[in-house]
Amino acid sequence: MASSQGSSKKKPYGAAIILGIASLALYVGLLTQQEVVNEYFTKGGVYAFLPIAAAFLFSLVHGNFTGNFWTVLGVEASKKKKEVK
Amino acid sequence: MHDIVNVASQLIQLDVMNITYLFLVGFVGGLVSGFIGSGGAFVLTPGMMSLGVPGLVAVASNMCHKFPKALVGALKRAKYGQVDVKLGIVLGISAEAGVLYGAHIQESIKKAFGDAGSNLYVSVAFVVILAVVGGFVLRDALKTYKDGTTDEEEKVTKIAKWVQSVNIPYTMVYFKSINARISVLFTIPLGFATGMLAATIAVGGFIGVPAMIYVLGAPSLMASATELVIAFVMGVGGSFKYAMHGLVDIRLAMIILGGSLFGIQLGAMGTTYVKPFVIKLVMGVIMVIVLFSRGLMVPVYLSQLGLIGTLGETTVKVLKTTSFGIMIFALATGAVIVLRAMWIGRREERLAASQVLEHGKI
Repeated sequence: MASSQGSSKKKPYGAAIILGIASLALYVGLLTQQEVVNEYFTKGGVYAFLPIAAAFLFSLVHGNFTGNFWTVLGVEASKKKKEVK
Repeated sequence: MHDIVNVASQLIQLDVMNITYLFLVGFVGGLVSGFIGSGGAFVLTPGMMSLGVPGLVAVASNMCHKFPKALVGALKRAKYGQVDVKLGIVLGISAEAGVLYGAHIQESIKKAFGDAGSNLYVSVAFVVILAVVGGFVLRDALKTYKDGTTDEEEKVTKIAKWVQSVNIPYTMVYFKSINARISVLFTIPLGFATGMLAATIAVGGFIGVPAMIYVLGAPSLMASATELVIAFVMGVGGSFKYAMHGLVDIRLAMIILGGSLFGIQLGAMGTTYVKPFVIKLVMGVIMVIVLFSRGLMVPVYLSQLGLIGTLGETTVKVLKTTSFGIMIFALATGAVIVLRAMWIGRREERLAASQVLEHGKI
């Protein structure tokens, strides 16, 4: 949150920028090399590992980026401890 | 399932417009999924098909974006202590079996009655399940709101109490979300049904989450978070199966993932600001609206099967467009409720913090 508590905490600008660049690079690579990607990723059989591995890689890099992105913008989870049960 | 040969040549050309469209729908779908554990697929699959993506490629690509999204969402919500990994894995494995069986039924129906028969089966399943389960979930959420019991602990249903009381030796497993031992003989059919529904209407969570809440007795927050584990387990297996046949268009999957990972983080954070009944409210509202969307398509398929009189081309077009529009409306309504609830929660928290600060000054 962009609240007073939030602002006192150091925001992860560095991580957001590095992960943002890495994420952008992945997407630029994917879209500029579409033909090669399409050819290998739709081969089936053992090549099935390619889309699965790519999904994990994108989720790791882009997932961490989006987490840091919202934190940098000041959007965070509630500070209140929530009793789930 | 499908010829591997030449799938690459069937893949669509991507331009700025369809990349933006997939990214945005992915974002809204992710937002809703992060909050209620599922959602988005019912818009994404037909959405991709409307761009010219073949049906199976759309289903496969949707699944391949779903499991990494569910993974990120589950990890995020695990930080808030909302995930029951054991329950998610137990239900996820039986759901995987349900997916395989559901796909088999789909194929048999398609063989016997063609595309229209298969579509009719999907739409009728949608309408019946969403009417019964969605209506029940929405009624429960509204009742909680009307009774003014939104702050109270969620009541465990009679069925759940009974399920928790049954002791079948050698099958009992302790689940932290339920805080009780439950026989896997109850969880297996529930997981199976979730998987079957996922294979039929693409949104297993519409049965998985209510089942965890009302049949097993899990709190809404934990049920919706645990659904993400189920979606991950089911999604990895399903995506691999489709990828073996070369059906995943990784570009589509990753573009949707690009938007949905922004959304899922936001939706997951949203759960920390709301009362549990809001989870049920969002889920119930979406289910009931989607029910109308699918209901509109039933006459189209009945007419294609020759069970009612032939519908005019314009009528079919109007029904199809309206149906898709209502689905988008359902997703957007869910997203608006999530964002509004989050906004109000944040505002209240900030107000409380500033009051404490002012009190401290005095």
